[in-house]
Amino acid sequence: MITGNLKSTYAADEQVFDNRNKKLFFAACILFLVGLGLFANDYVILMACRMGLMLIAVVGLNVVVGYTGQMSLGHAAFVAVGAYTTVVFYHLVGPYFPAGIMTILAFAVAIAVSAFVGLIVGLPSLRVKGLYLAVATLAANFIVIFLIEQDLFKPWTGGMVGTDTPTPNLFGWELDTKREMYAMITTMAVLMLLFVQNLLRTRIGRAFIAIRDRDYSAEIMGISLLRYKLLSFAISAGYCGAAGALWAFFFARILPEQFELTLSLQLVAALIVGGMGRTMGPVFGVIIILLVPELIKLGFGGLTGGDASMGKYRAPLQEIAFGLLIIAFLMFEPLGLVAITDRILRAMNRWPFAR
Amino acid sequence: MLGVKDIKLTFGGITALSGVSFEAHKGEITGIIGPNGAGKTSLFNVISGFYKPDTGVVSYEGRDISPLTPDKRAAAGIARTFQNIALFRGMSVLDNIKLGGHSRLNTGFWSAGFYLGKAQREELALRKDIEEKVIDFLEIDHIRKAPITALPYGLQKRVELARALAMQPKVLLLDEPVAGMNREETGDMARFILDIQEQLGTTILLVEHDMGMVMDICSKVVVLNFGKQIAAGTPAEVQANPDVIAAYLGTAA
Repeated sequence: MITGNLKSTYAADEQVFDNRNKKLFFAACILFLVGLGLFANDYVILMACRMGLMLIAVVGLNVVVGYTGQMSLGHAAFVAVGAYTTVVFYHLVGPYFPAGIMTILAFAVAIAVSAFVGLIVGLPSLRVKGLYLAVATLAANFIVIFLIEQDLFKPWTGGMVGTDTPTPNLFGWELDTKREMYAMITTMAVLMLLFVQNLLRTRIGRAFIAIRDRDYSAEIMGISLLRYKLLSFAISAGYCGAAGALWAFFFARILPEQFELTLSLQLVAALIVGGMGRTMGPVFGVIIILLVPELIKLGFGGLTGGDASMGKYRAPLQEIAFGLLIIAFLMFEPLGLVAITDRILRAMNRWPFAR
Repeated sequence: MLGVKDIKLTFGGITALSGVSFEAHKGEITGIIGPNGAGKTSLFNVISGFYKPDTGVVSYEGRDISPLTPDKRAAAGIARTFQNIALFRGMSVLDNIKLGGHSRLNTGFWSAGFYLGKAQREELALRKDIEEKVIDFLEIDHIRKAPITALPYGLQKRVELARALAMQPKVLLLDEPVAGMNREETGDMARFILDIQEQLGTTILLVEHDMGMVMDICSKVVVLNFGKQIAAGTPAEVQANPDVIAAYLGTAA
């Protein structure tokens, strides 16, 4: 048990993992992820990959919604931009570069293009807040999907019916199995989570939180609202773009309908369930949001004994359970799962003197 | 050091300020007093750039800063505190104070994300600077890790002063720093303000209703009433001014 943190240098006090328990927890997480990659079955690997993809997007969403306090209901658009940029980039310049570096190039370009789109979508945030901004970003989601579905762009995007995606290749190593993709997605997810964590302990992250908590006071500290709101949107969109690029590499085919409002809402729901503006919020949220439907599927299969005639009830039941879950969190734990873990940790620290 | 000249500010048909002119001299404490609604906070908002006056100029270190946005003025060395505490409630005391150092740092995005080299050096230098020059100075070392919401009102006011000091300002605007405080807290705050003036040589503008404190620590007092400047001078001069007495006490019928 740790009851205090004795530090003798400022450097030690500024670390991300500033005590033994946090270091152990992080090491255990890494060990668990490696173990999963080595020993889990294909179904678990598939689920873990989907969680990793969604985690990167939700971490990005957390930057703009959780830390900067600007509502967005359009983040699926950035995932779409990332995924489609990857595919289009392969079509356009694929023949001119060796396959071994194309993956990295496409990944970087996808992030850059998404971040740029994020800048544009973020522009209304300089004028409007809250619900109005949510609607403005919602519109961006529809516009992006509309453009992708246009016949004009069909040669590149495949239009309504979607398009095949390239196989990733790292310096000659073809990642053509789900397990190899798991390694890539998990590594990126962990690195990108740490990157945001670092941003948050420097002036940039502090400026975001300042804007969220009291924007006029942030301005008086010398923080340019224009610059930091747009930077926040760009980072956030860049993360979603990265998720999109990995999405394109992971799945054999992408369709525009995968990136519609449902995905945006799912991302926001994961953030609410996990806890906004907290590091572990996206992690917990994504696990719950993707695990609950699977558990329902398993439970439903068990209850009906695999009766095919009952199959039509499964999907609506999943939706209802999903909705109830969100309502329950908003009512009973609006701060998300992190609030629960906070309470548990506090109780453990104080035991046996108080609970 | 900091001067306003012929400031006029209107909101629709209401005149908030008209013809306000004075100069705050370097290293001195200038008090701004007046009854409620006299335009004291509006004047601060004009100086820090939230309101654009209809006419008049705000000059700082001999140049006109009227076109600058609030964040540029802050970067130039004008810090302020607010009447109703405007701390960032989602952050710890330390992070709040660190925000004061924002415009002095220039860590870039990539450096910050990897937290190597420059970002790390800059953050640690900032931490050391804040600990030694602000947190020790204002005696708030025991609460540096505490969340803002857990602090009593008087300490929150002091943390807000700390955040302003971390900006290493040349001019400090204090909007009612002792409002709602008891006698002991007021005394402490007055001493801190005098310490800042003496040890750091900061030019201070003070809006306050506590007349005892204003008259004790200010070297010059400006009096506003209904947006007009009715007097300016040393505390003794102002106290003897019949217009000021009329504004505060009313005239005999």
